[in-house]
Amino acid sequence: MIEKHLTHLRQLEAESIHIFREVAAEFEKPVMLYSIGKDSSVLLHLARKAFHPSPIPFPLLHVDTTWKFREMISFRDQIAKDYNLDLLVHINEEGVKQGIGPFTHGSALHTDVMKTESLKQALNHYKFDAAFGGARRDEEASRAKERIFSFRTETHRWDPKNQRPELWNIYNARVRKGESIRAFPLSNWTELDIWQYIYLENIPIVPLYFAKERPVVERDGMLIMVDDERMPLNEGEVPQMKSVRFRTLGCYPLTGAIESTAATLPEIIQEMLVAKTSERQGRLIDKDQSGSMERKKQEGYF
Amino acid sequence: MADTPGHEQYTRNMVTGASTADVAVILIDARKGILTQTMRHSFLVSLLGIKHIVLAVNKMDLVEYEEKTFREIVSAYEKFASQLTFETITAIPLSALEGDNVIAPSTNTPWYEGPSLITQLETVQTTEDLVEKPFRMPVQWVNRPNLDFRGFSGTVSSGSIKVGDGIVEPTSGQSSKVREIVTFDGNLDEAIAGQAVTITLEDEIDISRGDVLCALQDRPATADQFEAKLVWMSDEELLPSRNYILKLGTTTSSARVTALKHKINVNTLEKTAAKTLELNEIGVCNFALDKAISFDPYQENRKTGSFILIDRFSNATVGAGVIDFALRRAENIHWQSVDIHKDARAEQKGQRPAVLWFTGLSGSGKSTIANALEKKLHSIGKHTYLLDGDNVRHGLNKDLGFTDADRVENIRRVGETAKLFVDAGLITLVSFISPFRSERQMARNLMEEGEFLEVFVDTPLEICEQRDIKGLYAKARAGEIKNFTGIDSDYERPENAEIIIDGANTAIEDAADIIIAELKSRGMI
Repeated sequence: MIEKHLTHLRQLEAESIHIFREVAAEFEKPVMLYSIGKDSSVLLHLARKAFHPSPIPFPLLHVDTTWKFREMISFRDQIAKDYNLDLLVHINEEGVKQGIGPFTHGSALHTDVMKTESLKQALNHYKFDAAFGGARRDEEASRAKERIFSFRTETHRWDPKNQRPELWNIYNARVRKGESIRAFPLSNWTELDIWQYIYLENIPIVPLYFAKERPVVERDGMLIMVDDERMPLNEGEVPQMKSVRFRTLGCYPLTGAIESTAATLPEIIQEMLVAKTSERQGRLIDKDQSGSMERKKQEGYF
Repeated sequence: MADTPGHEQYTRNMVTGASTADVAVILIDARKGILTQTMRHSFLVSLLGIKHIVLAVNKMDLVEYEEKTFREIVSAYEKFASQLTFETITAIPLSALEGDNVIAPSTNTPWYEGPSLITQLETVQTTEDLVEKPFRMPVQWVNRPNLDFRGFSGTVSSGSIKVGDGIVEPTSGQSSKVREIVTFDGNLDEAIAGQAVTITLEDEIDISRGDVLCALQDRPATADQFEAKLVWMSDEELLPSRNYILKLGTTTSSARVTALKHKINVNTLEKTAAKTLELNEIGVCNFALDKAISFDPYQENRKTGSFILIDRFSNATVGAGVIDFALRRAENIHWQSVDIHKDARAEQKGQRPAVLWFTGLSGSGKSTIANALEKKLHSIGKHTYLLDGDNVRHGLNKDLGFTDADRVENIRRVGETAKLFVDAGLITLVSFISPFRSERQMARNLMEEGEFLEVFVDTPLEICEQRDIKGLYAKARAGEIKNFTGIDSDYERPENAEIIIDGANTAIEDAADIIIAELKSRGMI
């Protein structure tokens, strides 16, 4: 006797698979944005499920800012090898030539050049007409109103005031040449769903999510991990070994760690259930300067 | 959870939110009772097929938690709601401010014995009925990793399916049995509504995206016309004559509104006559599609009875529809799948079936050449049929005139008839002016690859007019015939005709021989 009712995680899973298949069937050249984080890991797992026994019928794209944690890059390459993925890595070489980096140019310019611009370069170069992202509506206010098929103009702009209504599970996939959509299969998942699903499905994730003794310095109330020698230390600043983990992963100079001893998935889920802060509180770029997330997204940030 | 705004100008948002909801909480101010917006909200959630209502009678603290007030509101609401389609209405006296009956039962309302709001939301049963409905799975993607595996990927919309069960694709009538239910986590014995799976079949049948795998015994309607309620979502009003893109499940078709019966006032439920629909208006419309599709009435199945309309030019989603029923009672006529196929019929006749579509101006020599060709084919033992434009207009198409719309319909019917003859294994000769490229293309699209040969009898207008065998050009020049091709109606020359006959310089017999040679070189005879 099989259960006649799907659990909420199985419903979310089925919805995501449905979205993956719709995009693959309706667009000429989709791509999956792969950021190496936990949401990307879930996204990748769902993509493999959606098309099984076929391989994933589109490439993965990692926009490498060159400032990701080293462990993220080695994890990425290992996963690509293990799953035999068609992985594209794009770096904004123009930005590299100019030596753009978060320590020298600030987080806003760095993110703009090495992430947002770089992403647009890659999308234009490969002429992708649909790009999957792992954004969730519970992450941040501007993401709550994002559609599952989110329309982008030829210049990759998003117009939050003029979005296509989305009813039932029917998605409008019509775009003109040069226009595209961003597709978000994880829209209706919460952070807790993600962790429970990783646990349930035994999905590999970057070890940085688990607590371990790591060298950190405290800056502006955030614990920044000293991941390589490019990090300039201020006078009197001495890296300390602390048991920390990360709730989200990005560029290491812009990503705050939290002090924690949660070294297993059940421990992480346990900590989450009592946490009162958003996972993105560790993200410097969300707060930096004038840029609200909504503005960044209108300009093409994922 | 969707919190949708209540004002009339947000009907579009309310409908969008309700489309994916299982339960609606309708909020009522205990001091004010049932308001216009209560009725509007109830009508919209009923229209969108929500069966379970929580009537949240709020601000009970301001009416001294009086049972009588609550009971009066509930009974008035139940009376109003009896014209809607709800299965359960659970009324709860609340004070959001004081927290009465929100999470736990309140001592302020000892006369109330029902559940608290949270308890009700957490326990209401909403999905089980979908599993009990007939099996439907719209095919999203054909899964073909290699030559040995051909699976159909999709999400089960309703019902359940087991290995060995019979299924049918209703628009073609093809049926088979389920061989495997494949998932990444291993094969299943059974799949139920809501699950995303890949199904392989015992037989090789032609199924692609947009088709729906259905239970053999309990099939959906298949029709190219239906009545639906349409919610208009665009600032630009509905144009009933315009062709919109209609997306239902995974099927995309071209559709237009053939009749706008009336619109429905969302506040009073009154029906009023209408010529168009504006933003946030709801109308009852008849739709005609360019092909037959499978669907169920929305109130029976929300997954297979809902669609969106997309504007061809702006690509905006401009409407959302819920189907009431199929028109022309086509719903009970299912495609009969037959065992003797076109190939078998043609093989018996020692030929390959084809359509030879003669196009050219009136007087170009189409019918004369076609006639000579048919005699030659007949004499060498080939099986043929000649469909002549003039002759068909005396019978099958005698209700049609010569406007552009009628010419299109004329060609459509002839194309469909030719298709039946090809299916019967015949070499079918069609002699039709068929002046428009798009309609010749439409006829071509009806046939399989390589079956349609366009024969362009290219005779200059002056020569046709000189010949004027039927005296028609003279009448057209005199203005006695309107819309005459070549005179006051265009002839669009074929761009890629398979066979071109120089009608001014080729003898009839030679023209027929040229075509016979072409048929031989293509292995058709």
